[in-house]
Amino acid sequence: MATGPAPVTHATSKVRFLGSAKSGTADAWNMRVTSLALVPLSIAFIAIVLSLAGKDYAAARAELGHPVVAIIMLLFILSGIFHMKLGMQSIIDDYVHDAHLKEWSLIANLFFSVCIGLACIFAALKLSLT
Amino acid sequence: MTHVEPGGSGLENRRPMSPHLQIYRPTLTMIMSISHRITGIALYFGTLLLAWLLIAASASPAAYTAAAACVNSIPGKLILFGFTWALFHHLLGGIRHIIWDTGHGFAYPQREWLAQATLIGGIVLTVGVWGIAYLVS
Repeated sequence: MATGPAPVTHATSKVRFLGSAKSGTADAWNMRVTSLALVPLSIAFIAIVLSLAGKDYAAARAELGHPVVAIIMLLFILSGIFHMKLGMQSIIDDYVHDAHLKEWSLIANLFFSVCIGLACIFAALKLSLT
Repeated sequence: MTHVEPGGSGLENRRPMSPHLQIYRPTLTMIMSISHRITGIALYFGTLLLAWLLIAASASPAAYTAAAACVNSIPGKLILFGFTWALFHHLLGGIRHIIWDTGHGFAYPQREWLAQATLIGGIVLTVGVWGIAYLVS
């Protein structure tokens, strides 16, 4: 196969942005740290959703507004959004080969993650603060 | 486009390339690896459901009742069931990756055992949680 990228050792690869972005280690590390945090947090999240089953609005709202529940939800949302943004980023890096499409996909990934994250955080805060 | 180093023999760029997945005979560890990615993608878009429910709950009782009615419908329950399975499957797959990060579980019987535990554990936990949900509601 001759369609692979130029070798990173090539002198012009830096100019052509084909070399390492030098941020891969941080992404890999953050992926692992968030996955570690998400083990207890996602179990707690499932327990919270499970306890909402069959509850009416007043009861559901009272539970989601409890400070301990709200803090667990916020921690789950924060680490989950960070984790999924990194995960989708590596999927895009692996499968989207067209340079322009890749850039737009990475931007869309960031926008989606930030929008969902902010919406969830705002709603969770409103539930417990109003 | 073949990239040839100036003055080189032309062999520099002939690094080993990984063939596409369909070349390989499917194995359980391979299917678990692929399903970890697919469940990750599903959970990524599943956050839309979480955001929708949280916004509805924080907006008004009417919005929450309408959202809860959608989730309680048959298609809604199927999606939520799939979401539950994807979360458990991805969670157990993640624990498997954490074990691997410590340097353990790569040898032959262990990696097969871990793959089976991920697959069966995800299904058992999903059915278990839905069973509890039906008992309490």
